[in-house]
Amino acid sequence: MTEFATTATDLVIATLLVGGASFALIGSIGLARFRDFYKRIHGPTKATTLGVGCALLASSIFFTRLQGSFSSRELLIAVFLFITAPISAHLLVKTALAEDPASSPPPQPAAAQDPSSTTASAVPSTGTSTVKAPTAG
Amino acid sequence: MSVILSTGTGIAIGLLGLAMLLCAIRLVRGPSVADRVLALDTLYVNSLALLMTLGIRLAEPAFFDAALLIALLGFLATVALAKYRLQGDIID
Repeated sequence: MTEFATTATDLVIATLLVGGASFALIGSIGLARFRDFYKRIHGPTKATTLGVGCALLASSIFFTRLQGSFSSRELLIAVFLFITAPISAHLLVKTALAEDPASSPPPQPAAAQDPSSTTASAVPSTGTSTVKAPTAG
Repeated sequence: MSVILSTGTGIAIGLLGLAMLLCAIRLVRGPSVADRVLALDTLYVNSLALLMTLGIRLAEPAFFDAALLIALLGFLATVALAKYRLQGDIID
């Protein structure tokens, strides 16, 4: 029974480690292969953070079994990393936008569509109201 | 150290080494400064996972302290580099 439990825990730890390393590798492949910076920042900020989370969970399980008491120190790194990863990603995108303002998303379609839709919806209503008013009067 | 754990940590170390190699390639090739800072950020996060995996393989809890130090200093380095590129000044 103890032998079985040890083997099962080993299996869980090894699966978490290989899965986390695969996530980190996928994020790094995205970093190396995508063409645009805004596509490139997508991979590391999500996949790599998840990969490190898996590795930290495996480490927590392993040292809990090794020391006999709950090892909560890995949660410290995990919480810190999950808080700081979006902040650094936000700062990097702001840096990239400041370096190349031409790559910022174009505001023209929304600004052009907004007045046309309001005038298109406003003109018939005013037209019908001005048409209706003489016929009523 | 059982066979399962040594095999799992070996595979994980290989994958993480490959991931760090890809980050280094982007660090050298990156067209803009933001690309290089992003590559450095990913590199330290991957080295964090590599350190935790090595800590499991060697059953050594002292690797945790190095990982915590790398997490703190890596975030500070990313923020400092990004703010330097953004404002030309780190502390204002």
